[in-house]
Amino acid sequence: MQDAIHIHVNGQARTWRSGATVADLLQDLDIRTERVAVELNLEILDRATFDQRPLKDGDRVEILGFIGGGSF
Amino acid sequence: MADDRLIIAGREFKSRLWVGTGKYKDFVETQKAIEASGADVVTVAVRRVNITDRSKDNLLDYIDPKKYTILPNTAGCYTVEDAVRYSRLARAAGLSDLVKLEVLGDEKTLFPDTAGLIEAAKILIKEGFIVLPYTNDDPIVAKKLVDIGCPAVMPLAAPIGSGLGIRNPYNLKIIMETVKVPIIVDAGVGTASDAALAMEYGADAVLMNTAIAGAQDPLAMAEAMKYAVHAGRLAYKAGRIPRKLYATASSPIEGML
Repeated sequence: MQDAIHIHVNGQARTWRSGATVADLLQDLDIRTERVAVELNLEILDRATFDQRPLKDGDRVEILGFIGGGSF
Repeated sequence: MADDRLIIAGREFKSRLWVGTGKYKDFVETQKAIEASGADVVTVAVRRVNITDRSKDNLLDYIDPKKYTILPNTAGCYTVEDAVRYSRLARAAGLSDLVKLEVLGDEKTLFPDTAGLIEAAKILIKEGFIVLPYTNDDPIVAKKLVDIGCPAVMPLAAPIGSGLGIRNPYNLKIIMETVKVPIIVDAGVGTASDAALAMEYGADAVLMNTAIAGAQDPLAMAEAMKYAVHAGRLAYKAGRIPRKLYATASSPIEGML
Protein backbone atom coordinates (compact mmCIF):
# COMPACT_ATOMS: atom_id res chain seq x y z
CA MET A 1 0.00 0.00 0.00
CA GLN A 2 1.37 3.33 -0.98
CA ASP A 3 1.35 6.26 1.38
CA ALA A 4 0.27 4.06 4.22
CA ILE A 5 0.73 4.95 7.85
CA HIS A 6 1.05 2.58 10.76
CA ILE A 7 -1.01 3.53 13.77
CA HIS A 8 -2.39 1.91 16.90
CA VAL A 9 -6.14 2.09 17.45
CA ASN A 10 -7.35 0.87 20.85
CA GLY A 11 -4.11 -1.02 21.24
CA GLN A 12 -4.36 -2.78 17.87
CA ALA A 13 -1.81 -2.20 15.12
CA ARG A 14 -3.51 -0.89 11.98
CA THR A 15 -2.39 0.30 8.61
CA TRP A 16 -4.27 3.34 7.42
CA ARG A 17 -4.23 5.62 4.44
CA SER A 18 -2.04 8.64 4.79
CA GLY A 19 -3.82 11.97 5.04
CA ALA A 20 -6.76 10.54 6.95
CA THR A 21 -8.08 12.57 9.86
CA VAL A 22 -9.53 11.35 13.12
CA ALA A 23 -12.99 11.99 11.66
CA ASP A 24 -12.13 9.81 8.63
CA LEU A 25 -10.89 7.04 10.91
CA LEU A 26 -14.13 7.06 12.91
CA GLN A 27 -16.17 7.06 9.75
CA ASP A 28 -14.18 4.17 8.29
CA LEU A 29 -14.67 2.24 11.53
CA ASP A 30 -18.39 2.99 11.46
CA ILE A 31 -18.30 4.77 14.82
CA ARG A 32 -20.73 7.57 15.58
CA THR A 33 -18.77 10.55 16.80
CA GLU A 34 -21.40 11.91 19.19
CA ARG A 35 -21.00 9.06 21.63
CA VAL A 36 -17.27 8.59 21.90
CA ALA A 37 -14.22 10.28 23.29
CA VAL A 38 -10.99 10.17 21.33
CA GLU A 39 -7.52 10.36 22.76
CA LEU A 40 -4.71 11.01 20.29
CA ASN A 41 -1.29 10.33 21.79
CA LEU A 42 -2.79 10.90 25.27
CA GLU A 43 -4.41 14.21 24.29
CA ILE A 44 -8.20 14.19 24.60
CA LEU A 45 -9.63 15.78 21.49
CA ASP A 46 -12.53 18.19 21.23
CA ARG A 47 -15.19 16.49 19.10
CA ALA A 48 -15.45 19.60 16.93
CA THR A 49 -11.82 19.20 15.85
CA PHE A 50 -11.91 15.55 14.73
CA ASP A 51 -11.81 16.57 11.06
CA GLN A 52 -8.88 18.91 11.63
CA ARG A 53 -6.60 16.31 13.13
CA PRO A 54 -4.65 14.39 10.49
CA LEU A 55 -3.15 11.08 11.58
CA LYS A 56 0.53 10.44 11.18
CA ASP A 57 2.75 7.40 11.34
CA GLY A 58 3.12 6.03 14.87
CA ASP A 59 0.04 7.71 16.30
CA ARG A 60 -1.75 6.04 19.14
CA VAL A 61 -5.49 6.52 19.05
CA GLU A 62 -7.87 5.50 21.80
CA ILE A 63 -11.61 5.51 21.14
CA LEU A 64 -13.78 5.13 24.21
CA GLY A 65 -17.49 5.04 24.89
CA PHE A 66 -19.97 4.16 27.60
CA ILE A 67 -20.71 0.58 28.55
CA GLY A 68 -22.77 -1.04 31.27
CA GLY A 69 -21.26 -0.62 34.68
CA GLY A 70 -22.08 -0.05 38.30
CA SER A 71 -19.08 0.10 40.49
CA PHE A 72 -16.06 -2.07 39.94
CA MET B 1 -44.06 13.43 48.92
CA ALA B 2 -44.69 14.77 45.43
CA ASP B 3 -42.26 17.63 45.99
CA ASP B 4 -39.72 15.49 47.85
CA ARG B 5 -37.10 16.02 45.19
CA LEU B 6 -33.45 15.28 45.54
CA ILE B 7 -31.33 18.25 44.49
CA ILE B 8 -27.60 17.97 43.85
CA ALA B 9 -25.55 20.83 42.44
CA GLY B 10 -28.74 22.51 41.22
CA ARG B 11 -29.96 19.39 39.42
CA GLU B 12 -33.27 17.89 40.41
CA PHE B 13 -33.83 14.15 40.61
CA LYS B 14 -37.19 12.44 40.92
CA SER B 15 -35.91 9.07 42.04
CA ARG B 16 -33.96 8.31 45.18
CA LEU B 17 -32.94 4.97 43.76
CA TRP B 18 -30.02 5.16 41.37
CA VAL B 19 -28.90 2.08 39.46
CA GLY B 20 -25.88 0.72 37.67
CA THR B 21 -26.04 -0.88 34.24
CA GLY B 22 -23.48 -3.67 34.60
CA LYS B 23 -23.85 -7.44 34.91
CA TYR B 24 -27.16 -7.81 33.09
CA LYS B 25 -27.82 -10.65 30.64
CA ASP B 26 -28.31 -8.21 27.76
CA PHE B 27 -29.35 -4.64 26.99
CA VAL B 28 -33.04 -5.52 26.88
CA GLU B 29 -32.89 -6.85 30.43
CA THR B 30 -30.88 -3.77 31.46
CA GLN B 31 -33.53 -1.49 30.00
CA LYS B 32 -36.43 -3.36 31.60
CA ALA B 33 -34.78 -3.52 35.02
CA ILE B 34 -34.05 0.20 34.99
CA GLU B 35 -37.62 0.92 34.03
CA ALA B 36 -38.95 -1.35 36.80
CA SER B 37 -36.69 0.36 39.33
CA GLY B 38 -38.08 3.79 38.50
CA ALA B 39 -34.55 5.21 38.67
CA ASP B 40 -33.77 8.36 36.72
CA VAL B 41 -30.01 8.22 37.23
CA VAL B 42 -28.00 5.37 35.76
CA THR B 43 -24.29 4.80 36.06
CA VAL B 44 -22.12 3.71 33.16
CA ALA B 45 -18.48 2.83 32.74
CA VAL B 46 -16.03 4.20 30.17
CA ARG B 47 -14.22 1.62 28.07
CA ARG B 48 -12.59 1.12 24.68
CA VAL B 49 -15.07 0.87 21.82
CA ASN B 50 -15.02 -2.49 20.04
CA ILE B 51 -13.43 -1.57 16.71
CA THR B 52 -13.39 -5.05 15.19
CA ASP B 53 -17.05 -5.95 15.65
CA ARG B 54 -19.28 -2.97 14.99
CA SER B 55 -22.43 -5.08 14.87
CA LYS B 56 -22.72 -4.99 18.65
CA ASP B 57 -25.40 -2.75 20.09
CA ASN B 58 -24.65 0.37 22.04
CA LEU B 59 -25.94 0.71 25.61
CA LEU B 60 -27.19 4.22 24.87
CA ASP B 61 -29.50 2.81 22.19
CA TYR B 62 -31.39 1.25 25.09
CA ILE B 63 -31.03 3.93 27.73
CA ASP B 64 -32.14 7.25 26.36
CA PRO B 65 -29.86 10.03 27.63
CA LYS B 66 -32.81 12.41 27.25
CA LYS B 67 -34.83 10.36 29.71
CA TYR B 68 -32.11 9.42 32.18
CA THR B 69 -29.21 11.23 33.74
CA ILE B 70 -26.19 9.28 32.60
CA LEU B 71 -23.64 9.21 35.38
CA PRO B 72 -20.25 7.99 34.15
CA ASN B 73 -17.99 6.39 36.72
CA THR B 74 -14.28 5.76 36.96
CA ALA B 75 -14.76 2.09 37.80
CA GLY B 76 -11.60 0.07 37.61
CA CYS B 77 -9.27 2.99 38.33
CA TYR B 78 -6.68 2.37 41.02
CA THR B 79 -4.63 5.54 40.67
CA VAL B 80 -5.36 9.27 40.78
CA GLU B 81 -3.97 9.62 37.24
CA ASP B 82 -6.29 6.97 35.82
CA ALA B 83 -9.35 8.30 37.63
CA VAL B 84 -8.67 11.82 36.34
CA ARG B 85 -8.01 10.53 32.80
CA TYR B 86 -11.23 8.48 32.71
CA SER B 87 -13.24 11.40 34.10
CA ARG B 88 -11.95 13.66 31.33
CA LEU B 89 -12.73 10.99 28.73
CA ALA B 90 -16.23 10.57 30.18
CA ARG B 91 -16.82 14.29 29.87
CA ALA B 92 -15.52 14.29 26.30
CA ALA B 93 -17.79 11.36 25.37
CA GLY B 94 -20.84 12.61 27.20
CA LEU B 95 -22.74 15.76 27.69
CA SER B 96 -22.19 16.74 31.28
CA ASP B 97 -19.65 17.46 33.98
CA LEU B 98 -21.05 14.80 36.28
CA VAL B 99 -18.77 12.00 37.35
CA LYS B 100 -19.01 9.29 39.96
CA LEU B 101 -15.43 9.25 41.12
CA GLU B 102 -13.89 5.96 42.21
CA VAL B 103 -10.26 5.51 43.16
CA LEU B 104 -9.93 1.94 44.32
CA GLY B 105 -7.51 0.67 46.93
CA ASP B 106 -7.14 -3.00 46.10
CA GLU B 107 -8.72 -5.68 43.97
CA LYS B 108 -9.88 -7.93 46.77
CA THR B 109 -11.96 -5.44 48.75
CA LEU B 110 -12.46 -2.72 46.13
CA PHE B 111 -12.46 -0.35 49.07
CA PRO B 112 -11.83 3.26 48.08
CA ASP B 113 -8.33 4.68 48.37
CA THR B 114 -9.60 7.74 50.19
CA ALA B 115 -6.32 9.67 50.03
CA GLY B 116 -6.27 9.20 46.26
CA LEU B 117 -9.96 10.01 46.08
CA ILE B 118 -9.52 13.40 47.74
CA GLU B 119 -6.53 14.20 45.52
CA ALA B 120 -8.39 13.27 42.32
CA ALA B 121 -11.51 15.13 43.44
CA LYS B 122 -9.49 18.31 44.00
CA ILE B 123 -8.07 18.17 40.47
CA LEU B 124 -11.44 17.49 38.86
CA ILE B 125 -13.36 20.11 40.84
CA LYS B 126 -10.79 22.67 39.71
CA GLU B 127 -11.58 21.62 36.12
CA GLY B 128 -15.29 22.20 36.65
CA PHE B 129 -16.44 18.65 37.24
CA ILE B 130 -19.38 17.85 39.50
CA VAL B 131 -17.71 15.14 41.53
CA LEU B 132 -19.82 12.53 43.31
CA PRO B 133 -17.23 10.53 45.24
CA TYR B 134 -17.56 6.85 46.08
CA THR B 135 -16.07 6.76 49.55
CA ASN B 136 -15.69 4.68 52.65
CA ASP B 137 -18.10 4.94 55.59
CA ASP B 138 -15.63 7.30 57.22
CA PRO B 139 -17.18 10.53 58.56
CA ILE B 140 -13.88 12.43 58.50
CA VAL B 141 -13.19 11.62 54.85
CA ALA B 142 -16.82 12.47 53.98
CA LYS B 143 -16.39 15.87 55.60
CA LYS B 144 -13.11 16.49 53.76
CA LEU B 145 -14.77 15.65 50.44
CA VAL B 146 -17.52 18.18 51.14
CA ASP B 147 -14.99 20.79 52.26
CA ILE B 148 -13.15 20.58 48.93
CA GLY B 149 -16.39 21.02 46.98
CA CYS B 150 -18.17 17.71 46.41
CA PRO B 151 -21.92 18.43 46.23
CA ALA B 152 -22.79 14.96 47.58
CA VAL B 153 -20.96 12.00 49.05
CA MET B 154 -21.46 8.33 48.33
CA PRO B 155 -20.37 6.20 51.25
CA LEU B 156 -20.48 2.44 50.83
CA ALA B 157 -22.79 0.17 52.80
CA ALA B 158 -20.42 -2.79 52.31
CA PRO B 159 -17.85 -3.88 49.70
CA ILE B 160 -18.99 -3.56 46.09
CA GLY B 161 -21.06 -6.54 44.98
CA SER B 162 -20.86 -8.20 48.41
CA GLY B 163 -24.56 -7.94 49.24
CA LEU B 164 -23.66 -7.71 52.93
CA GLY B 165 -25.95 -4.77 53.63
CA ILE B 166 -25.05 -1.88 55.90
CA ARG B 167 -21.94 -2.94 57.82
CA ASN B 168 -21.58 0.17 59.92
CA PRO B 169 -24.89 1.94 60.46
CA TYR B 170 -23.42 4.11 63.23
CA ASN B 171 -20.76 5.56 60.95
CA LEU B 172 -23.37 6.23 58.29
CA LYS B 173 -25.53 7.99 60.86
CA ILE B 174 -22.60 10.15 61.93
CA ILE B 175 -21.97 11.05 58.26
CA MET B 176 -25.64 11.96 57.84
CA GLU B 177 -25.51 14.15 60.94
CA THR B 178 -22.26 15.91 60.21
CA VAL B 179 -22.29 16.34 56.46
CA LYS B 180 -24.70 18.87 55.06
CA VAL B 181 -24.92 17.63 51.49
CA PRO B 182 -26.95 14.73 50.08
CA ILE B 183 -25.70 11.28 51.12
CA ILE B 184 -26.08 8.51 48.58
CA VAL B 185 -25.42 5.07 50.04
CA ASP B 186 -23.51 3.25 47.33
CA ALA B 187 -22.53 -0.40 47.05
CA GLY B 188 -23.02 -3.46 49.22
CA VAL B 189 -26.81 -3.55 49.34
CA GLY B 190 -28.09 -7.13 49.14
CA THR B 191 -31.85 -6.97 49.30
CA ALA B 192 -34.79 -4.63 49.71
CA SER B 193 -34.58 -4.31 53.49
CA ASP B 194 -30.98 -3.06 53.20
CA ALA B 195 -32.13 -0.24 50.92
CA ALA B 196 -35.08 0.57 53.18
CA LEU B 197 -32.78 0.70 56.21
CA ALA B 198 -30.38 3.07 54.47
CA MET B 199 -33.28 5.40 53.71
CA GLU B 200 -34.71 5.08 57.24
CA TYR B 201 -31.34 6.12 58.64
CA GLY B 202 -31.66 9.29 56.60
CA ALA B 203 -29.79 8.61 53.38
CA ASP B 204 -30.92 10.86 50.54
CA ALA B 205 -30.62 8.11 47.93
CA VAL B 206 -29.27 4.62 47.36
CA LEU B 207 -27.20 3.46 44.40
CA MET B 208 -26.96 -0.20 43.52
CA ASN B 209 -26.18 -2.56 40.66
CA THR B 210 -25.41 -6.14 41.65
CA ALA B 211 -28.33 -6.46 44.10
CA ILE B 212 -30.67 -6.05 41.13
CA ALA B 213 -28.66 -7.44 38.21
CA GLY B 214 -27.48 -10.46 40.20
CA ALA B 215 -30.89 -11.39 41.60
CA GLN B 216 -32.56 -14.51 40.22
CA ASP B 217 -35.30 -12.27 38.86
CA PRO B 218 -33.73 -8.85 38.24
CA LEU B 219 -36.96 -7.18 37.15
CA ALA B 220 -38.82 -8.25 40.30
CA MET B 221 -35.89 -7.15 42.46
CA ALA B 222 -35.76 -3.80 40.67
CA GLU B 223 -39.39 -3.25 41.57
CA ALA B 224 -38.79 -4.40 45.16
CA MET B 225 -35.96 -1.87 45.45
CA LYS B 226 -38.20 0.90 44.16
CA TYR B 227 -40.74 0.23 46.93
CA ALA B 228 -38.04 -0.30 49.57
CA VAL B 229 -36.41 3.06 48.86
CA HIS B 230 -39.78 4.78 48.78
CA ALA B 231 -40.96 3.10 52.00
CA GLY B 232 -37.70 3.86 53.77
CA ARG B 233 -37.89 7.50 52.75
CA LEU B 234 -41.51 7.78 53.92
CA ALA B 235 -40.67 6.15 57.26
CA TYR B 236 -37.71 8.50 57.72
CA LYS B 237 -39.88 11.55 57.02
CA ALA B 238 -42.69 10.18 59.21
CA GLY B 239 -40.37 9.80 62.21
CA ARG B 240 -40.24 6.46 63.91
CA ILE B 241 -41.29 5.81 67.51
CA PRO B 242 -38.55 5.56 70.10
CA ARG B 243 -37.39 2.11 71.15
CA LYS B 244 -38.46 1.11 74.66
CA LEU B 245 -37.55 -1.87 76.77
CA TYR B 246 -41.08 -2.62 78.00
CA ALA B 247 -44.49 -2.85 76.43
CA THR B 248 -46.89 0.07 76.07
CA ALA B 249 -50.50 -0.99 75.61
CA SER B 250 -52.17 0.36 72.52
CA SER B 251 -55.71 -0.29 73.79
CA PRO B 252 -57.16 1.72 76.71
CA ILE B 253 -57.69 0.13 80.15
CA GLU B 254 -60.83 2.23 80.60
CA GLY B 255 -64.09 0.34 79.94
CA MET B 256 -62.64 -3.03 80.84
CA LEU B 257 -64.68 -5.34 83.12
